[in-house]
Amino acid sequence: MQLYLPIADLPVNVFLVLAMGAAVGFVSGMFGIGGGFLMTPLLIFIGITPAVAVASVASHIAASSFSGALSYWRRRAIDPALASVLLCGGVTGTALGVWTFTQLRALGQLDLMIALSYVVLLTTVGSLMFSEGLRALMRTRRGAVPPRRTHNWIHGLPLKMRFKRSKIYLSVIPVLIVGTMIGFIGAIMGIGGGFILVPIMIYLLRVPTSTVIGTSMVLTLVTMLVATLLHAVTNHLVDAVLALILMVGGVTGAQFGARAGQKIRGEQLRLLLGLLILSVGVRFAIELVIRPEDLFTIREVGVST
Amino acid sequence: MMRTLLAALLVLLLGSAAQAERLIVSVSNHRVTVTPNYSGEELVLFGSVEKDATTPADRTAYDLVVTVIGPRADMVTRRKERKFGIWINTDYRQFLQVPSYLALFANRPFDAITSPEIARRQQIGLNNVLLTQRVSGDFADVVPNDAFRSAFIRLRTERGLYREDPSAVTFLTPTVFRTGIPLPAEVPIGTYEIEIKLFANGALVTKTETAFEIVKVGFEQFVATTARQNGLIYGLATAAMALMTGWMASIVFRKD
Repeated sequence: MQLYLPIADLPVNVFLVLAMGAAVGFVSGMFGIGGGFLMTPLLIFIGITPAVAVASVASHIAASSFSGALSYWRRRAIDPALASVLLCGGVTGTALGVWTFTQLRALGQLDLMIALSYVVLLTTVGSLMFSEGLRALMRTRRGAVPPRRTHNWIHGLPLKMRFKRSKIYLSVIPVLIVGTMIGFIGAIMGIGGGFILVPIMIYLLRVPTSTVIGTSMVLTLVTMLVATLLHAVTNHLVDAVLALILMVGGVTGAQFGARAGQKIRGEQLRLLLGLLILSVGVRFAIELVIRPEDLFTIREVGVST
Repeated sequence: MMRTLLAALLVLLLGSAAQAERLIVSVSNHRVTVTPNYSGEELVLFGSVEKDATTPADRTAYDLVVTVIGPRADMVTRRKERKFGIWINTDYRQFLQVPSYLALFANRPFDAITSPEIARRQQIGLNNVLLTQRVSGDFADVVPNDAFRSAFIRLRTERGLYREDPSAVTFLTPTVFRTGIPLPAEVPIGTYEIEIKLFANGALVTKTETAFEIVKVGFEQFVATTARQNGLIYGLATAAMALMTGWMASIVFRKD
């Protein structure tokens, strides 16, 4: 069934988009991530311009992270204090990100920047995750105990605050910086940033695993809502019809993914996720390096009717 | 002064007297609606050449050139170049108020209809259509084989938005003709002008114009206009929709 997307200005097959949403939802449910880093490239692949893809995926991630955050909230797995400090940074970062997005679009370098950010971020995070998963797998195979967590330099920073539910005593400076960073790259790349945020919170901020995913989902939810709003107001690029189809497919797929994810061991899961992220990054890299099929592109500046 | 004016008037009168033919045309649909399941369609333009007493008796064979011009817009064409091992946009040209849709149809090859000089003046053929570029502060069209110009035309043609077909016009009788106007799925909305030029023995005899419009209707038109005009409300609605979907999912799939 063909459906005409009003903002993307393109007819698409509804079932194809639904299936894409479900597939990405499955992966995101399995790994407990938003899945934006898979959704945006897939949309670009079926011919939607990177700008519209980034803007529309933001609302899709908002939907899936809201359903996630609700169930974590019921299980009291969200740290409200930590979430609000992260949000202060996150909202600032998103606003900066959307502003940068607009500027880059005017310069005609937006597509390049999206591709470059994907390459840099995904290959780095992917290979880190992959090697970490590999090491963890080796350790369990050898039967060794994981190294004990120690405090690092971050815990020496001033302006400390007590986060009750997470049971940590931490400076607000790194939390704000992390929030800003995630908000910024999320707005530019159309990702929730969960797959970066969760490792940072675990390894750098030493947030306990009980609250880390729920809290990161709150940040994702709010930054993506703000990103949707700002993209709609400044660039008029959010395709609500596209977003709705993605949401419906996404939240459904996520439920099955979550069940599948419980059957796989944590290290293997991380290894798989690392591999997945790495392969998306490499794909973008290849696209940048090989000679494009067409050296020319056209963009409409504004229709005068 | 008076004499030149009279002479001009005489030429004008003679000129109009020489225009012994009249063109009567109509399109099959003056208002094309783009619905959510719109996947392109074809309009039909038909018409006839009306002769009168002053038409030279030896004039029997006519040639027709039909130009369809969609709503005009500014467009930027960019060229990628290899820099630091990766392909990035470097150079660009801005095309000013160029048609977003352009189709040129005729009953036989353009060069067989008229001389290159007239074809250029009457903008017949994609190579002769005026596409104004902004070249470092200047406004001009460039030579037809300019890299940006030909890339622009090639890309628009690939999307079905620019086309020329010198065999699309068919004469059903020596004076009655028809041609199809294919509109692709991603057709720009707005007013489309159609220019019909009648040639005989290589000279422009007469021309006429008609138009049709393409409008989006229903839900999707509503979405598109709201997004453009009420960005804030649209954004809020989309955000609310996201929250609703997420909330519904958490109710439907609730496990505890």
